[in-house]
Amino acid sequence: MYMDMVGRQQTTLPTGNGVNNVRKNIGVKISKFLLMKGLRMLTLLFAICLISFLLIKNSPIDPIQAYVGADMIKVSPEQREKIAEYWGLDQPVMVQFFSWLSALLSGDLGTSMIFRRPVSEIIGERFWNSLVLMLTAWILSGVIGFVMGVVSAMKKDTWIDRIIKWYCYTLASTPTFWMGLLMLIVFAVWLGWFPIGLGVPTGVLAEDVTLADRLQHLILPAMTLSILGVANVALHTRQKLIDVLASDYVLFARARGERGFLLFWRHGLRNVALPAITLQFAAFSELFGGAVLAEQVFSYPGLGQATVEAGLRGDVPLLLGLVLFSTIFVFAGNLIADMIYYVVDPRTRESRTI
Amino acid sequence: MSILVVENLSISFNQYTESLKQKNVNVISSLNVTLEEGEILAVVGASGSGKSLLAHAILGILPNNANISGTISYDGEILTAARQASLRGTEIALIPQSVNYLDPLMRVGNQVRNSVKVGDAVAAQRKVFERLRLKSGVENMYPFQLSGGMARRTLLSTAIVSGAKVIIADEPTPGLDPVVIKEALENFREFADNGCAVMLITHDIESALTIADKIAVFYAGTTVEIAPVENFNGDGEALRHPYSKALWRALPQNEFIPIPGSQPRPNNLPSGCLFAPRCPIATLECELAQPEMRELRNGRVRCIHAT
Ligand SMILES: Nc1ncnc2c1ncn2[C@@H]1O[C@H](COP(=O)(O)OP(=O)(O)O)[C@@H](O)[C@H]1O
Ligand code: SF4
Ligand SMILES: [Mg+2]
Repeated sequence: MYMDMVGRQQTTLPTGNGVNNVRKNIGVKISKFLLMKGLRMLTLLFAICLISFLLIKNSPIDPIQAYVGADMIKVSPEQREKIAEYWGLDQPVMVQFFSWLSALLSGDLGTSMIFRRPVSEIIGERFWNSLVLMLTAWILSGVIGFVMGVVSAMKKDTWIDRIIKWYCYTLASTPTFWMGLLMLIVFAVWLGWFPIGLGVPTGVLAEDVTLADRLQHLILPAMTLSILGVANVALHTRQKLIDVLASDYVLFARARGERGFLLFWRHGLRNVALPAITLQFAAFSELFGGAVLAEQVFSYPGLGQATVEAGLRGDVPLLLGLVLFSTIFVFAGNLIADMIYYVVDPRTRESRTI
Repeated sequence: MSILVVENLSISFNQYTESLKQKNVNVISSLNVTLEEGEILAVVGASGSGKSLLAHAILGILPNNANISGTISYDGEILTAARQASLRGTEIALIPQSVNYLDPLMRVGNQVRNSVKVGDAVAAQRKVFERLRLKSGVENMYPFQLSGGMARRTLLSTAIVSGAKVIIADEPTPGLDPVVIKEALENFREFADNGCAVMLITHDIESALTIADKIAVFYAGTTVEIAPVENFNGDGEALRHPYSKALWRALPQNEFIPIPGSQPRPNNLPSGCLFAPRCPIATLECELAQPEMRELRNGRVRCIHAT
């Protein structure tokens, strides 16, 4: 309430002094904003923990079978019971949940059953591979998509606009794995320009793998994700810029003699960049989903591939760890999107409260 | 001397009807106005009578689906599209209606500086803000932070710094308190006294009458009368057109009698005189053809029965 009043008062103060006071308030507002978001994050994480734990408990995955694997026939019912007791599987569900939760809080994500290594270690290592892939695709699709949307809107209803629109609508309905396979067939199998899969060459010692090797393995999956990723930004930017060009303030700018690139530079760019950046950050979750499929197609050793394997082979600790990690990741993307709007847009920055 | 002459201007829009057929909708038909240096011409008329479109046609910023015929000349020469493009913002300036015409994400000081065509933009902007009594902090504000009066003065600043000779103000006063309106009107008088030609588009006839030299009355996309301001007096007997008389009598301080009926929609215009369906003195003859604009007693009128 107090914040609200301060905010409103500033909007009516015509002096330079008023503007300064507003700036001082930004720090307070942002801390409050982050605190609220942090609380929301914690409740969300708790809910996700509970739901995924219950889902997995009630799924047909038998943790003991997953752990023992093919040797299952050699395990007698008595031994089975012993294992269950040792792991606490004979305890009530909620007791199991809270003991898992307290382990989580102390930083212990458990041990992956298929890799026989701590889950945190696997996620940490896979995360870097995925991050490089996703960031490359994210930046490429963001920049290219934005430029496509701008060109399309500035040249609305010309052939170039039609081509860009057609491209985007076609791609919006293309499945990632299909595009990935297509890229593989054309560039890896037919043309032989890129390796068929994996993150590094086979038969080479880890310390001998060069940056160029890694890049070569990165290009195809990153291209697959970018080619698909542009559609959303491009169409969104196109529509937004068309709206901006039809706005009163652009009409007035034209009445003052502005036109062409100068007009776009002064009024178009600043008014479409913000929504485009926000959209791109909010698209983190889709990117994550796309990466899962692309990594699978290209056998790229990232988080996505690990998720598929953990799911298929019933690796419960790894699966839960990945679910939590991806929640944090997507949440962070959305948080950054909100923050950018908050900090960059003068309308929220210099007046309104959260 | 007439600096801007609009003759027989007609504007129509290509529109798609429900059956997806293209249709030409006439929104302005054979419109005539003249702007003189040192004079304020007030353009009055109901909403939808084509006032804004006239302003946009003069500036050459109509949408792409508009078809234009007739001539507009500036300083004795026909205004072509290329000439319009070079005169916009240098010789002819627009003062729009509201703060929505300012870029919401650009500081207003910068927006005014962008209108400066020659010399030091920052100095010019500061000078005009000082002259209009806008505090120095205002230049760093965003449009949403401005009060109504500050927004209007900022919009006015863009016209002042451009150094234009023709100022077109499109409804610059709605929603403002009387003090601010009075100040705005004084600014326009100042423009005219400095030798500019001012076209003041408004539906606030009363305040227009306090500063204008001539009044052009619009009805359904055309000018029905152009009269010196003194004619708006008494019960309007000096006025020429039945619509202007009715408009004058409908004012609160006069008889306050509204005109029965409503202005025809652009897609449903009468074939003869556009005012015929509502005209108390209409005859059969009036419905045959749209009357021509003619000179009458030091003014102009589009009515065959006007005396
Ligand atoms: N782009 C457009 N397409 C079709 N009709 C339009 C367009 N712009 C304006 N009109 C029509 O032209 C008429 C005059 O509009 P306008 O000049 O804005 O009126 P005023 O400013 O006098 O209120 C209105 O009936 C409006 O519906
Ligand atoms: S021409 Fe006829 S209908 Fe039109 S205004 Fe004059 S008298 Fe009325
Ligand atoms: Mg208007």
